[in-house]
Amino acid sequence: MKRRDFLKSATALAAGTAISAPALFSAAAQSRNETLLIVSESGPNNLDIHGVGTNVPGYEVSWNCYDRLISHEMKTGENGAPYYDRDKFKMELADDMKVGDMSVTFKLKKNAKFQDGTPVSAKDVKWSLDRAVSVGGFPTFQMSAGSLTKPEQFVVVDDSTVRVDFARKDRLTIPDLAVIVPCVINSELVKKHATEKDPWGLEYTKQNTAGSGAYKVTGWTPGTEVIMERNDAWVGGKLPAIKKVIWRIVPSAGNRRALLERGDADISYDLPNKDFVELKSNPKLTIISTPYSNGIQYIGMNVKTPPFDNPKVRQAVAYALPYQKIMDAVLFGLSKPMFGAPADAKTTVSWPQPHKYNTDIAKAKALMAEAGYPNGFETTISFDLGFAGVNEPICVLAQESLAQIGIKCSINKVPGANWRTELNKKTLPLYTNVFSGWLDYPEYFFIWCYHGKNSIFNTMSYQSKTMDAFIDGAVTAAAEGDRASYDKDVIGMVDTAYADMPRIPLFQPYVNIAMQKNVTGYQYWFHRRLDYRTFAKA
Amino acid sequence: MLATIGKRLLTVIPTLIGVVIVTFLLTRALPGDPAAYFAGPAATKEAIEQVRKNLGLDKPLPEQFVRYVRDLARGDLGNSLSTGRPVTTEIVSRLPASAELTLLGLIVSMAIAVPLGILAAVKQGSWIDHTCRVVATAGVSLPVFFTGLLLVYVFYYILGWSPSPIGRLDAFASAPTQITGFFLIDSLVTGNLEVFRSALAQLILPVVTLAIFSLAPIARMTRASMLAVLASEFVRTARASGLDSRTVIITYAFRNAMLPVVTTLGMVFSFLLGANVLVEKVFAWPGIGSYAVEALLQSDFAPVQGFVLTMAVLYVVLNLVIDILYGVIDPRVRLEG
Repeated sequence: MKRRDFLKSATALAAGTAISAPALFSAAAQSRNETLLIVSESGPNNLDIHGVGTNVPGYEVSWNCYDRLISHEMKTGENGAPYYDRDKFKMELADDMKVGDMSVTFKLKKNAKFQDGTPVSAKDVKWSLDRAVSVGGFPTFQMSAGSLTKPEQFVVVDDSTVRVDFARKDRLTIPDLAVIVPCVINSELVKKHATEKDPWGLEYTKQNTAGSGAYKVTGWTPGTEVIMERNDAWVGGKLPAIKKVIWRIVPSAGNRRALLERGDADISYDLPNKDFVELKSNPKLTIISTPYSNGIQYIGMNVKTPPFDNPKVRQAVAYALPYQKIMDAVLFGLSKPMFGAPADAKTTVSWPQPHKYNTDIAKAKALMAEAGYPNGFETTISFDLGFAGVNEPICVLAQESLAQIGIKCSINKVPGANWRTELNKKTLPLYTNVFSGWLDYPEYFFIWCYHGKNSIFNTMSYQSKTMDAFIDGAVTAAAEGDRASYDKDVIGMVDTAYADMPRIPLFQPYVNIAMQKNVTGYQYWFHRRLDYRTFAKA
Repeated sequence: MLATIGKRLLTVIPTLIGVVIVTFLLTRALPGDPAAYFAGPAATKEAIEQVRKNLGLDKPLPEQFVRYVRDLARGDLGNSLSTGRPVTTEIVSRLPASAELTLLGLIVSMAIAVPLGILAAVKQGSWIDHTCRVVATAGVSLPVFFTGLLLVYVFYYILGWSPSPIGRLDAFASAPTQITGFFLIDSLVTGNLEVFRSALAQLILPVVTLAIFSLAPIARMTRASMLAVLASEFVRTARASGLDSRTVIITYAFRNAMLPVVTTLGMVFSFLLGANVLVEKVFAWPGIGSYAVEALLQSDFAPVQGFVLTMAVLYVVLNLVIDILYGVIDPRVRLEG
């Protein structure tokens, strides 16, 4: 190429970019108003909640890309922001719900279509619910929480009518049909991709969304981004304002914060508490904090082996923990305290509720002496490194405080991948952990965490006849609608838990959301993930 | 030449076999239980066993190993549980991201470090020498994530000159058609200048971060080896013959000083490729290092094995290239030697 030619083409090139650039920018500006840019620490590993080992970010995809028969209405939460209404259902794919004595019947919306245009029919609903109770793992477990365990319970009445038969009277059955798991999947489409080894087509739905939901995944690079676009034919509710959702994975919390403050990202929700506290004073951002529904971070003790088999020791620990320090120095106040209720406070029919213990070293020392450990003992306190940001300082503060009553703790840091294995062995003497249930009912929490049938969430291996009687009583009373004995049993459960103290509630964690001022429509859901359908950008 | 390369490659085979065995055993020896991890928080004992069966982890180790080797022979590195995709696909898409970053970082670093090293050697004890020492010490003593975060803070957060640190492209740009996987090259080949600009802008800060970190070994090695050569007799002879100092330094001295520099470059490159995990984390770069670390944290065996194997192959290729380069730079060096 001659010098002159080169110069010519270079000029042409420069001119070309100069012309194309503004056109491109204005297009971007226009679409930005209908595009939501979300940044978070981790992304989905599977687009289907029925998949093997689908992680929590994957639930968010499922929630937005699939419909359920029913969902929840919204109410105003304690913090003034919309909060899902546990007791009011709204129709999503169903047009009508008739609750009978031992079954519930759903009529499907006539014009409901899957994203490929196939009409949604009763057999898709049955196939999807069959799949949820059959694939095993988390989805099957979640279904069983509402006494939904067998495919025979789901009956196709006609093309647009489905009946769900109750295995027994259980007030959690209908709420359990509104959680993420019982989503309705395009059965014909998925069956085409099913194989003998994979009869439920899990390999296909891992990578593709096959629902009737408001959004569909149009691009997914694991660990980098997920792109979702609106399904304009959605009939499950009001057509969402956001046309496109770009979800970028930004591992560094500092950068997520910088992106928010610079106005480049619209929403982020997993920042350290300290950042959220500091962002609250930023006039450009809206911060919404909501306590986890039915969730508590606690200190657990293995009650099967000494010294924590002695209730006096457990009470001593409960008097020795530095609750307020944890609230101030670890959580920066961004949590709801679960301690220090006034001494004369009455136990209420609610959960979570605070216990009456406060930091009182003298009392703790006396209890230790009574228990026969005047000089204390040695033990280890364990935590999940996956959530080290909160867990590690809690354990360090606890270690410091327990040393004052003679309990010498060494700290055992367990890598995230290993945490559940360690916890499931039920041999850790002392540890911190979180439990939260999607279904927000006290008895639901207690069945998993305190019942003598010793589920994996009863990490303390706590077994007590009194407690079991209260829990079983509450479950029966709830199913029969016997309010009086239900209230009595719930109060009994809470009182027993706080007298025996197998686990010491510390606080109810907050879900914190930071978003730009022009972004509206955030709603708190039991699953704590984002519902894109109600978001809008001004 | 080809025969010697072939012979060299043959000697590599036992190394690779060793790598395959060791990574397999090491991943199995990790304390985590992938079945428990992937069965989710609410899994019962039966559910965990079911997952274990699905993953083939209930089989005895030798059987798992045979299956792994058989898949490997077919070029199948297995499936990643955490991302849900075949490891091969992931590595093919992520290796270029890391390589693009590392290569550019190395080029920038070389462009600064080599001249700096030469000048420092030529003008030993002068202010340039001291600058070289200070820059090298500072670069190596600042941890990469710190430099990275600092650069983001200054150039993105405060000044707003740099684009948001969210990976290889702006959120609203889409990736060019994959040809080489290097966005700069692909976007130029397809003539998409907008993407080229975006990719380049995203690259600047991470590249500078890596360059700062790798300045030290290259600059110091250049300086040391130049000093040795400059003190040697043939340089003195050249000077005595009245050659101008430019010819003496560049043509005679530097050419002879290049061997150890090239060795260092190879080492720095392979080191950077694996060690830029932190840079990848800071800049949300979808590279191979962060992929492997994520996988390791979740006891996700397949990607870890795939990563180690890829790295081993890369090292082997790199060493071969360096050996060949030796021959080019210094004809006295033979490949066998």
